[in-house]
Amino acid sequence: MKSLKWLLFGLPLLGFIAMAFLFFNALGSDPSLLPSARLDQKIPAFELETLAQPGAMVSTATVKGPLLLNVWATWCPSCQLEHPMLLELAKAGIPIVGLNYKDERAAALKYLELHGNPFQYNIFDQKGSLGLDLGVYGAPETYLVDAEGVIRYRHVGVVDPKVWTQVLWPRWQAMGGFDPQSTAAGDKP
Amino acid sequence: MKIVMIVGLLLVSSINWASIDAYEFQSLEKEQQFRQIITELRCPKCQNQNISDSNAGLAKDIKDRAYELILAGKSNAEITDYMVDRYGNFITYRPPLTASTYVLWFGPFVLALLALIIFVVVKIRQQNNPPAELKQEQHQQVSQLLKKLEDLEHKR
Repeated sequence: MKSLKWLLFGLPLLGFIAMAFLFFNALGSDPSLLPSARLDQKIPAFELETLAQPGAMVSTATVKGPLLLNVWATWCPSCQLEHPMLLELAKAGIPIVGLNYKDERAAALKYLELHGNPFQYNIFDQKGSLGLDLGVYGAPETYLVDAEGVIRYRHVGVVDPKVWTQVLWPRWQAMGGFDPQSTAAGDKP
Repeated sequence: MKIVMIVGLLLVSSINWASIDAYEFQSLEKEQQFRQIITELRCPKCQNQNISDSNAGLAKDIKDRAYELILAGKSNAEITDYMVDRYGNFITYRPPLTASTYVLWFGPFVLALLALIIFVVVKIRQQNNPPAELKQEQHQQVSQLLKKLEDLEHKR
């Protein structure tokens, strides 16, 4: 009978501990952040116009890093929020390629003229087809692409100085990205 | 005049409604296939809505792509795999069997089995240990107590 009593008290206690562990783990994690399904895969095949020049095509072969691939649009307020950070990174020498996502060409060009242009060039994905193939679910998103054109990391949301130094910068270095510190005398971006 | 306006508004609203459902199919089969797949894919943007219910731009993009794939003759299983390749397992309401979903798939059966085992163990113990027989004096004690109880109730 003793072991039965143990069961009677032990089981709910065990259940409680398991639930507490589960819930505690879930604390602070954002369920809306999804891991990319494209990690460690090449950028999916595409052929799209550049934003600046209608008719000029870019394709998968063009996008060889190490570089940042930044998904943005003029309709996306958070993109405006991170824009100054992108400008700073570009100034420090980090190559950034833009993926102008489901946007209007005229509006996007005007936006870059107004706020400055941190991008080496922009892939103009008006229909969001490359976005869908990449698994983009909300701008802004920033991908780390290595020298082989393989996606090494995806950050969803605004890139601010904290995200850059804590999340992106270590991974950028790990994949052999250009180090602005080693050449420029400027501050660490 | 008012009636004309109301009728006009009703017409406009029906046009809008039609534009949501503007996917045309050559066969009823494909249309049913489409209706099924859009309820089975989850909108990545909106946490817990399928892409049929969601008005998010992304849900429409995924619907459009699913539509194209159906026209290209893909099965719903193939379309689901296609979307999982892009958005991960989050997009399907039927999580595949992986190490992280074992609890999800087998948890209920394990719990049911546990309950059954506990039930059987308790039953067996009860049969093996029937309540001990009472001694003569204990019987007397019980009947005395019962009598006292009856008396108390009579007094009330």
